[in-house]
Amino acid sequence: MLSGVADARARFMAGTRGRALNATLVVLIAIALVLLATRVVALGPAYFIQILVYGFANGSIYALIALGYTMVYGIVELINFAHGDVFTLGGFISLTLLPIFGLEEGVSHGPGIILPLLVIFVITMVVCAAVNVTIERVAYRPLRHAPRLAPLITAVGMSFVLEGIMYLWRGPFNLHYPSVLPSDSISLGGANGPTIGFKDLAVTTIAVVLMVALTLFVGRTKLGKAMRATAQDRDAAGLMGIDINRTIAATFFIGALLAGAGGMIFGLYYNTLTFDLGFTAGLVAFTAAVFGGIGNIQGAALGGLIIGMIQSLSDGYFDTAWTQVLIFGILVLVLVFRPTGILGMRVPEK
Amino acid sequence: MLRSIRKVWETDPRQDPNPLVYTILTLGAILYPIWAQVSTGGQGDFLISVLADAGVYILLAIGLNVVIGFAGLLDLGYAAFFAIGAYTYAFLASEHLIVTPLQTAIHLPFWVVLLVGMFVAAGFGLLLGAPTLRLRGDYLAIVTLGFGEIVPRVFKNVSVWTSGVNGISALDKPVLPVWLNGPWSGDRLQLVQNFKIISPMAFYVVMVILLGICVVLVNNLRRSRVGRAWMAVREDEVAAAAMGVNTVRMKLLAFAIGAAFSGFAGAFYGAKLSLVSPENFGFSVSITILVMIVLGGMGNIPGVIIGSLLIYSVIFLFLPALPPLAEEWATNLGLGSLVPPSGEWPGIGQEIQNLKFLFFGLILVLTMLLRPQGLIPSRVRKQELTQGVHEDQTIEDVNAETTA
Amino acid sequence: MTVATTAPRAAPAGQDLILKIDHVTKRFGGLVAVDDVSFDVKRGEVFALIGPNGAGKTTLFNSITGMFPPSDGRIIFEGTEITGAKPHQAAEFGIARTFQNIRLFEYMSALDNVRLGQHCRSRSRLWDSLFKTPFERHEERAITDRAMELLTFVGIEKRSEDYARNLAYGQQRRLEIARALATRPRLLLLDEPAAGFTPQEKVELMRLVDRILAEGITVFLIEHDMKVVMGISRNIAVLDHGELIALGPPEVIRNDQRVIEAYLGKGA
Repeated sequence: MLSGVADARARFMAGTRGRALNATLVVLIAIALVLLATRVVALGPAYFIQILVYGFANGSIYALIALGYTMVYGIVELINFAHGDVFTLGGFISLTLLPIFGLEEGVSHGPGIILPLLVIFVITMVVCAAVNVTIERVAYRPLRHAPRLAPLITAVGMSFVLEGIMYLWRGPFNLHYPSVLPSDSISLGGANGPTIGFKDLAVTTIAVVLMVALTLFVGRTKLGKAMRATAQDRDAAGLMGIDINRTIAATFFIGALLAGAGGMIFGLYYNTLTFDLGFTAGLVAFTAAVFGGIGNIQGAALGGLIIGMIQSLSDGYFDTAWTQVLIFGILVLVLVFRPTGILGMRVPEK
Repeated sequence: MLRSIRKVWETDPRQDPNPLVYTILTLGAILYPIWAQVSTGGQGDFLISVLADAGVYILLAIGLNVVIGFAGLLDLGYAAFFAIGAYTYAFLASEHLIVTPLQTAIHLPFWVVLLVGMFVAAGFGLLLGAPTLRLRGDYLAIVTLGFGEIVPRVFKNVSVWTSGVNGISALDKPVLPVWLNGPWSGDRLQLVQNFKIISPMAFYVVMVILLGICVVLVNNLRRSRVGRAWMAVREDEVAAAAMGVNTVRMKLLAFAIGAAFSGFAGAFYGAKLSLVSPENFGFSVSITILVMIVLGGMGNIPGVIIGSLLIYSVIFLFLPALPPLAEEWATNLGLGSLVPPSGEWPGIGQEIQNLKFLFFGLILVLTMLLRPQGLIPSRVRKQELTQGVHEDQTIEDVNAETTA
Repeated sequence: MTVATTAPRAAPAGQDLILKIDHVTKRFGGLVAVDDVSFDVKRGEVFALIGPNGAGKTTLFNSITGMFPPSDGRIIFEGTEITGAKPHQAAEFGIARTFQNIRLFEYMSALDNVRLGQHCRSRSRLWDSLFKTPFERHEERAITDRAMELLTFVGIEKRSEDYARNLAYGQQRRLEIARALATRPRLLLLDEPAAGFTPQEKVELMRLVDRILAEGITVFLIEHDMKVVMGISRNIAVLDHGELIALGPPEVIRNDQRVIEAYLGKGA
């Protein structure tokens, strides 16, 4: 996906066939937007704003997952198929911890909820991070110099192992995640007007805080610099004295911190979990990561937000049945038309 | 002695295909129905039918082996083409189209629809492959994964044409223009016209013949310029291109042929089951085939066949039979309390069944880590997979290598 | 049957010039690897491209063989513009190459490597391969025969069944040449073919180049060993930092001040 192919694509795009394809794409997007606009108008502004609110929360969660994909791909050029399942694991772990800390559904906890929640967050995040690092150590590192097919297969395998464990742990059915966050909400106008719930705010805020923390970490700390250096040029970084293995492990660790948090947030927000949630969520999040530009942290955050918004809009105005098709369509279109994503990709220059 | 047995199993590229293995497999295929009938006192129909079903999976594995084993492309959505083949049969060989806006049913003969299903699936393979086969392996894997998710969903959602979740049933039974009856069907030796295939034995024979043909065809491909080109592309795409191989076209060919096999198997499957429903074509099927290939040895046809048989028997025969066994053991070991379901524990019987995911995942990971060449290795692949090749190199890489 | 019978397209009449490099430039982001280089290669000669490390020689090769198009300029092969053609198209046109770092198909036999080289010149279709038609079987025999001939031509026929990775270094280099010749080229690009050779091997290489010339194939090589270069080349182009600093026969280049400075540094 580098210079040679990019040149070829540039040449193709400049030609008549390329221009025709581009034009078709533009037309399709225009049609979609027009359809959306008619629906939006038909169902009224209140509904629209409500959907936007959901979209924001939804997008925040996807952003958290997408970041893990993008960071790992940026450093080892591997899609960690198990990442979506690490996300689910976060939900499962926090689900198990809630009753231990006395948080139950229906009991009003008041501000006393903050500390236990925080503790559960930390534990969940760290456990997920440890799991991800173990996965890297066991399934990816030994195959770093094997043909590309090998770690891809183990990645798929690890995804299944995690899902298998969660399946055995809690069974195949949807699990109920206790509703422990206050369900207060602010009305934005009118009796049937849109509302912003405490949950919506909480989800978005937590996600933003985490993302900001990540950006600061990667930009300012020594480890963060090491991660960026290794991502750019692994050999040079090694020659500079950076411990490559540790840096890669750290990347997996941090990516999973976010995913684990995302899983817990998902549970708190949607109040449901399933063992194979990570499969679809992972696909969507990866689409977001590519959309924003693989390897690019800001891109993943932005991509997550946009794709999450698109998903909510599609669910709200069209048919949930077609949302999957739409997201997949976006994935293919991005990879074919603009594989560098919106904000540009950041992958190792060999 | 074990070592010499191992040597026999290792396919020597110079005398591919390994005649010993194929002889054993052919003999096994011929003797199996006899054994089935004899060992069950004439009630062997079920066993025969099971192996005919397994044959479908073997067919799928051989097809996916072309994509992954020969051309080195990871396709995670193989079941999509399987679905396409099956639904093609459903549309073209049943009363179904009457309930659709088309309002007339089509009843094409079995052989015709097998071929049509093959070509339709291959067409979709080309459609999907054309824009995506230029991408890196990882991206291709994800895109095929997405495709594998979309297709059954589309079949489910467009219920006006596909009856959605209910699927399409009462598909035509295959009819052969001529058939040879004989001792194997309990009759005197005679030629029969317009033979309707309903007995398990008939399906079994057709399946074995189809498999035999497919194995021959795939081996032919492997030993031809096409097979060489695939191997070269798999080893070093840049060098292959420099030597005049149109790498994109070769990849597309592998992908389309894989899709064709899948569609072909799908049509047969629809005919045998007489029913198609979107539930039968999920990611689970794609992964099962992948596991079969990885375990059996990617790129190695006898290995793939054996791997398929192994996995099929575990998943469809062994695991379902395990619960009562497990319950017995548990009780005997004094763990009787584990047997019945209680609270959230589904009971040890059910729990054994639920092992499938974990089992698959472990096979994939452990095989790639410990024995990447699979159970029935090909000497070439073993070296390739443990020592690496010029993988996924692009022009930038070549440039970086140069000092001139 | 000679080693390199003419490629499917008959060589255009009156084409004395086999390759024209016309103001070719290649930029990678801010780096200019090849800077406005122009020269001609005549049919039937040995043309050498030399210069210090990093001068842009292999980049130029890569542009010619279609790895990436030049940023500017044109490449004209036998009168046809081939700028921006893809690698397999360059091979079909009749340009073959070897690689600086040897890129053989390591897990294929030597024979299979050379058979692969004939891929673009064989005419079996999918149908033929699938059903092993008589045409395909006949063609496969011809391919094998020709592969053995080529292996003999470069002198490694005894190792035909061995995996490429198991050959000695010198044999691997020769195998790569045999594979390139299998594509029936009219122009053969050799990227540092003598790298790592003993003096004896270098002499044998020069003889091999002579035999290749005798088949009517033009040879264009990148090489660092001056004895080899001066010994077999008719014309030499010298690159330094992407620029063409000298062009001419060996006697001229040998005494060119700029060339001496480029290799030895100013004040030498």
